[in-house]
Amino acid sequence: MANYSTNEFRSGLKVMLDNDPCSILENEFVKPGKGQAFNRVKLRNLKTGRVLDKTFKSGESLEGADVIDMDMQYLYSDGDFWCFMEPDTFEQHQAAVSAVSDALVWLSEQDICVVTLYNGTPLSVTPPNHVELEIVETDPGLRGDTAQGGSKPARLSTGAVVKVPLFLDQGDVVKVDTRTGEYQGRVK
Amino acid sequence: MSDWQPGTSLHSLQRRAQIMSLVRNFFASQSVMEVDVPVLSKSGVIDLNIDGICATLAGAPAYLQTSPEYFMKRLLASGSGDIYYLGKAFRDSEIGHKHNPEFTLLEWYRCGWDEHQLMCELGDLASQLINRRGVSDLRVTKISYADCFQDKFGIDPHQTSLSDLQGLAVKAGSSSWAGETRANCLDLIFSLEIEPHLQKGLVLVYDYPECQSALAATTTADKGYKVSRRFEGFLNGLEIANGYFELCDPVEQRRRFNQDNVARQATGKPVWDIDTKLLDAMRSGLPACAGVALGLDRLLMSDLEVESIDQVMPFSWLRC
Repeated sequence: MANYSTNEFRSGLKVMLDNDPCSILENEFVKPGKGQAFNRVKLRNLKTGRVLDKTFKSGESLEGADVIDMDMQYLYSDGDFWCFMEPDTFEQHQAAVSAVSDALVWLSEQDICVVTLYNGTPLSVTPPNHVELEIVETDPGLRGDTAQGGSKPARLSTGAVVKVPLFLDQGDVVKVDTRTGEYQGRVK
Repeated sequence: MSDWQPGTSLHSLQRRAQIMSLVRNFFASQSVMEVDVPVLSKSGVIDLNIDGICATLAGAPAYLQTSPEYFMKRLLASGSGDIYYLGKAFRDSEIGHKHNPEFTLLEWYRCGWDEHQLMCELGDLASQLINRRGVSDLRVTKISYADCFQDKFGIDPHQTSLSDLQGLAVKAGSSSWAGETRANCLDLIFSLEIEPHLQKGLVLVYDYPECQSALAATTTADKGYKVSRRFEGFLNGLEIANGYFELCDPVEQRRRFNQDNVARQATGKPVWDIDTKLLDAMRSGLPACAGVALGLDRLLMSDLEVESIDQVMPFSWLRC
């Protein structure tokens, strides 16, 4: 991979840091009047998800990381691996539990997800921003109680638990924002 | 918003005009003469970490000045007395929220003064400039460079071993500081760990480490080691000024120029010709004096409480 110098660091650039792939979030130029210039860089470790603050000397470079984001369809899981397919080539990729763990509670077969590949292997999976899932378990619905604005927990078909309005019942399908885990609406 | 428009508000433009006029009034009242020295010179200012912008004049290199220091010292050596410059300076590659490659610098020299007298005057000037509704409530505090480190880390920055400093720098910065020089480690630690926690108001930090002397004279401190007679001013945590009790010894000056050029070469930077006219002026006799440079754009940023230098300049480099 190419090397990138601090002045090429842009938000979204993928670089290697301490043997882990990272995505650059912010890059700030700092220079004491008489001192050496440096760059304060905020990066997200793509393996752990942790955000790091690092300071590099200006002009220093980091190796680019072989990381690409690709839309793929989730096919099935055999319990050990989760199988995703590139829609164009039908090429299949096996993701380990470490890559899918955060996405698991939202994943339904056939969903189109963003799979982040690192050196060709799935590193993480981002579910669709919005998913529609069936309620499999919740307290009985309170008819007529649509205006009160109260909420109750509901377990969805994928295992996620979200807060839903009181009038909803088992068997209803709801739309959820996977980024916040918030109920968006009822799907008729 | 499109690119043709200025980055600054009308209010900020007016404040800039007002502050420049206040500066001129202040120095007129103190009988300090304004000097309008060149920004283009056949020599560049030599500093390990400051790069000039090179223009071409009739096929030969010409350097935009990174500070008016050399010309002002030549005037001082020729008997000008107390002088100030309010104008532009240029530094290559310095672009960021707090940096613009072309910026407005106020620099002044006081003959027969030491750095502590000059710090006092800097405090007076800043109080007059940062002054809301005619009432100045700017708090001015002084602290030594050593005390800054002592308070934060319990170490003496002048005497702590290089490996300890590198350890602190690696912790504050990243593993790339493991093999760095003393000066670079100190700068990093100061910028990341001390500067953000300085008190509000104007904080004057004095007695810098000897390795960061630049053009300052040095002296032997009470504890027996040498310190640089250099100070810096931080306004609400933002570095705005750098001052010295000036080095007047041309031999020592030449030695530092050569040392900077060797260090520049080692880091792959271009080596500048030494400005012999400055050395000649020093040989003929630079009066004992103290001088300070203040970044006017930074002062405005702090005064107007804005985050970006683009908001206080009519047109920052982004819009030029």
